[in-house]
Amino acid sequence: MKPVLGESKARKRPLSGTGFTPFIIRRLLTSILLVFGVTFISFSITQLVPGDPVAANLGQSAYSDPEIVAAFEKEFGLDQPVPVQYYKYVTNLLQGDLGVSLSSKRPVAEDLKEYFPATLEIALVAVFLALIVGLLLGIISAVTRDRLPDQLIRVFSLTGVSMPAFWTALTAFYIFFFVLGWAPGTGRLEPGGEPPPTVTGLFTIDALINGDFSTFKQAFSYLLLPAIVLAIYAVGVLTRFTRASMLEILGNDYVRAARAKGLPEFTVIRRHVLRPALLSIITVAGVAFSSLLAGSVLVENVFSWPGLGQYAYRAAVGLDLPGIMGVSMVVATVYITMNLIVDILYRIIDPQMKDSA
Amino acid sequence: MNLLTVENLTVTLATGSGDAQAVRNLSFSVGHGEILGVAGESGSGKTMTALSMLGLLPYKGKASGSIKFDGREILTSTKREYRDIRGKEIAMIFQDPMTSLHPMLTVEVQLTEHLRHHRKVSKDAARNSALELLATVKIPEPAAALKAHPSQFSGGMRQRIAIAMALACEPKLLIADEPTTALDVTVQAGILKLLHQLRTDRNLSVMVITHDLGVLSSLTDRIMIMYAGSEVESGATSDLLQNPRHPYTKGLIAALPGNSEVNSKNLLSIDGMPPELGNFPSGCAFHTRCKFAKASCKETVPEVLNLSSDHRIFCPVNPFSELSNSGSK
Repeated sequence: MKPVLGESKARKRPLSGTGFTPFIIRRLLTSILLVFGVTFISFSITQLVPGDPVAANLGQSAYSDPEIVAAFEKEFGLDQPVPVQYYKYVTNLLQGDLGVSLSSKRPVAEDLKEYFPATLEIALVAVFLALIVGLLLGIISAVTRDRLPDQLIRVFSLTGVSMPAFWTALTAFYIFFFVLGWAPGTGRLEPGGEPPPTVTGLFTIDALINGDFSTFKQAFSYLLLPAIVLAIYAVGVLTRFTRASMLEILGNDYVRAARAKGLPEFTVIRRHVLRPALLSIITVAGVAFSSLLAGSVLVENVFSWPGLGQYAYRAAVGLDLPGIMGVSMVVATVYITMNLIVDILYRIIDPQMKDSA
Repeated sequence: MNLLTVENLTVTLATGSGDAQAVRNLSFSVGHGEILGVAGESGSGKTMTALSMLGLLPYKGKASGSIKFDGREILTSTKREYRDIRGKEIAMIFQDPMTSLHPMLTVEVQLTEHLRHHRKVSKDAARNSALELLATVKIPEPAAALKAHPSQFSGGMRQRIAIAMALACEPKLLIADEPTTALDVTVQAGILKLLHQLRTDRNLSVMVITHDLGVLSSLTDRIMIMYAGSEVESGATSDLLQNPRHPYTKGLIAALPGNSEVNSKNLLSIDGMPPELGNFPSGCAFHTRCKFAKASCKETVPEVLNLSSDHRIFCPVNPFSELSNSGSK
């Protein structure tokens, strides 16, 4: 019989190495390093892609004039050797300068400030919907295993993960806008609608901050359909995953032990099953949120939503190196932030968890 | 009157190849303050018998027959009625304390949640009971233990905590499913001593399930031996162990290492393998491995044969009847 209890005192927080604050600081430092790693990799890849950014951004006649080509290359630093270009990019980045877009001719940072909040807005609503619906359906499915509700939910979630986003988007748009007329149409606001004064860039939030309730309602009605379409895939993934991890936990001895204590089934599920199941569900939810950003490229095109997806598409087609770099940085930052949030939630759900970073 | 009387219990489980009976026509009883041992090989239906007392049979499992507990029939209970029995009237501890305690909940939560649910006591009152319980099962530093998670304890300590959990609502019957199997031999003795003492101090009835006859000899008042879901023999512990009368029991005891009958030359084993669920032989299920089997054993399910008021076998052949007083072949 080991007197293991003594160890619990030695493990007491907060300034020891496994405490919460040192953990956050360590993770933040790693994250910054990761972002620089991402700049290096995406910079290298954009250099390896065959194609000439000058040709992609200048017209036919301008491209045939060597003077214009030389001037263009000089303006955007394309005449320099690649390592020098990268060095300049990184030193500028450290000062918050993401360069100037080849296609829009505006600073990339300003472009992103405009486009990213639009995507963030539908992605946040989508992930919120997906979490609520996905968790709920997954729990119902696991608890009613093999009975009718479970079977219906399984068909639904399988459909959700099987339908490609562009198809769902087109179908939803056709049905709810064209046939039923419930959805207001494309874009973030009605044509000629005045956006609220920018604070966060999320129209709904900005409208609320400004106390403008009618703009809020309008912005919300415009974002709802694309957000739902974006959420469908994540709902499918989360439902299936929640069901699977609930069923796995339900087979554990400690669940049988909890039932043997005569606890109400609701308590058994909530306290003994859902909590450990959440650990793995959160991981998937984090990945699902990040992948919503990728899915947004197609959905944004269908709904003419002026978001990061559309911007990324245009930057890629135009071989707009600073634009592509900017988008990769944003996506990488979102991924890294989501991972950090997931790790923090892990520790909140299971305080025993030690730092593995 | 007995605390627990089980009659003709049959448990049917869903397997990959259709329904199969895991427990067949089992009848037994446990008196107030009595310790009953249930022994048999893996797959003999011991655990399913225990789980059916609590209405906790696995997915798609069904039980029929009669289970009378404290004077009332409980097998027909609704889910809600079963929840009022579980933990409060009948408590259970499981084989592996490494997996039967929740890894993410503190000892305090796990010791008090059912107490608060069944008895509607305050958090402080529940905590005080938990402290007493931990002292009862001899956990050092109970106050610190309450705040700890199961991973901070050794296996033996965890099983003590599991026992404390089971005792929280002062149940009348404790079912212990292989309570020492997962533990070191030195730790086993402590747990057995604790169970024995609880019976003496609290007049607790205990049903111990094990495949280890050594565990039963020091702990139990009576023993029931199971084979392929049915009882083959039962009796008072000393009587049954010294004077086994069913060929299967005889084989089990003879196979115990260290048994006085056995030396290295004639270390005995029972030939063959225990039958699998859904594949139990007809008639007496043991006939395929029994040296004394007759043609009729294959056809007819054996009837009970009372040898004395408290010793019975399910074997019409009764091959050891004339040797009953010598205790050996």
